[in-house]
Amino acid sequence: MTTTTTTTALAARGVTLAYDGDPVFEGLDLEVETGRVTTFIGANGSGKSTLLKALGRVLRPGSGTVELDGAPIRSLPTREVARRLAILPQKPLTPTATSVRDLVARGRHPHQSMFRPWTAADAAAVDAALAATGMAALADRDAGSLSGGQLQRAWIALVLAQEAPVVLLDEPTTFLDLTHQLDVLRLVRSINRTRGTTVVMVLHDLSLAARYSDRLVVLGRGRVLADGAPWDVLTPEVLRDAFDLDARVVPDPSCGTPLVVPVEPAGDHAPVWVG
Amino acid sequence: MLTTTTTGRPRRALAVAALLVAVAAACLVSLLLGSNRLGLGTVLTALVDRSQDVGDVVWGSRVPRTVLGLLVGACMGVAGAVMQGQTRNPLADPGIFGVTAGAGLAVVIGLYVFDASSVLATLVLALVGAAVASVVVFSVAALGRGLSSPVPLAIAGTAVSALLIAATSYLVLADETTLAGYRIWVVGSLSGRSLTGITPALVFAVLGLLCAVANMRSLDTLALGTELATGLGESLLRARLVGLAAITLLTASAVALTGPIGFVGLTAPHLARALVGGGHRWLLPASGLVGAVVLLVCDVVGRLIAGTAEVEVGVVLTVLGGVAFVLIVRRGRMARL
Repeated sequence: MTTTTTTTALAARGVTLAYDGDPVFEGLDLEVETGRVTTFIGANGSGKSTLLKALGRVLRPGSGTVELDGAPIRSLPTREVARRLAILPQKPLTPTATSVRDLVARGRHPHQSMFRPWTAADAAAVDAALAATGMAALADRDAGSLSGGQLQRAWIALVLAQEAPVVLLDEPTTFLDLTHQLDVLRLVRSINRTRGTTVVMVLHDLSLAARYSDRLVVLGRGRVLADGAPWDVLTPEVLRDAFDLDARVVPDPSCGTPLVVPVEPAGDHAPVWVG
Repeated sequence: MLTTTTTGRPRRALAVAALLVAVAAACLVSLLLGSNRLGLGTVLTALVDRSQDVGDVVWGSRVPRTVLGLLVGACMGVAGAVMQGQTRNPLADPGIFGVTAGAGLAVVIGLYVFDASSVLATLVLALVGAAVASVVVFSVAALGRGLSSPVPLAIAGTAVSALLIAATSYLVLADETTLAGYRIWVVGSLSGRSLTGITPALVFAVLGLLCAVANMRSLDTLALGTELATGLGESLLRARLVGLAAITLLTASAVALTGPIGFVGLTAPHLARALVGGGHRWLLPASGLVGAVVLLVCDVVGRLIAGTAEVEVGVVLTVLGGVAFVLIVRRGRMARL
């Protein structure tokens, strides 16, 4: 038995959420432990992003509360929340004629005010974020001229510059090729390991989610279908239930984490080429 | 303190310094040139000694229109930059989106109903009209994603603008006294206006500029989309209200001083963006300076192109602004704002 006590960074208590008027979750309870990487997975429309937005107070729940370090998030000043929790939406807008450094510097917004505009601490946070994401060499480039992978790293740098102990990422690997997906996820894990940042993210790729997460939460049918360590969660039964997917789960030859291998229906094993 | 870029900062500071020089040059040209061309020495003497023969020309005409050009150009430039940032629409301009027309209609209703023609009354009426029109434009922009794309919203604004102008024309044509007052005012001109009674407009303009300054950092976060702005601790409602106050105060004081002057608000931010980039802490001041230069230069052009007669600056700007509008729409990167 381990005696490590875990603390709850973020919690949903009896949260009811709707998307376009349709209820997605009713009375959902979920706790996110401090210092771990928690990933929401689930079929399209299962409400992964909706839940993440509610945890990041971008979306207001119909009922129930979201708690940040035990306090109702709506009772805290939004600037103070922003110093403790950062959220990167799925599709942020890239501003015109803005350098990468200026873009990343906007992550310092919650630390500044009219009377406290820009300090050495802000500059240091921006430099550190650029260095951590490997964007220092591109700092003076126009953000609009970056490739998809570079731009995603710039957005993550902005979130890092915010220096919040809790970071929420909504599908940070979408639209990226495999190399850049790995790049982003390795970056996220290294931030978690080196800074102790609590990470909650939404991912689509199950095997990558298993590889880079401490805990997987499977969402579907308006509730949590499975929750726990990757090997406990990614079972053929859960995959059939949550994704209507017939699959085998084998150890990843590279890291030993679960690898999801979809099974072809009988008789369809050989690819058929039609001239 | 204002920026974070080591290479970007000197470049932007240099651009702002160049703009300040351009403003000074435009002021000088505006004092010297006109149907009655004056020498530098003559103007300087008259500025010091008003009893000179040319003192009437300099103090009665050249100084007021230069001061008004500076003030109104800066107000419209900043108002346009705030509006483009708030709506994230590169075609946003108090003229195109009907804010100026709203102010105009309110002023004419005041003339028609209350015979209110003092600067203060005009100002208050313009403020009310501009506020109502801004709220309508913001609501339309917030309504649906379809309408918030640049061109449809500009068309909606133009339609609202046309409706307001039609209503204004109806009132003006129905009453001869209103018509007389309105004809001078509506063209948008810097000439024939004195600096008496400028104080209330100046107060409104300064308040508007302060609101714009208070809105600068919010505009930087709003440019990242509302979700990320919320995540960064921005209060969206407060950011919108402060921006709205800035646009309304700046447009109303400009309209009250010189009548509706279009296209400065559209073009100045685009020129400024090319010089100092998209960050609003540099863009807003630069837009104000560019606006002042554009308005002064267009006014001088209007004085010179028609020989002894004069073309009002509002007319010059409409011609040049139409060309600028087409250029902006044709540029592919427009939708990115």
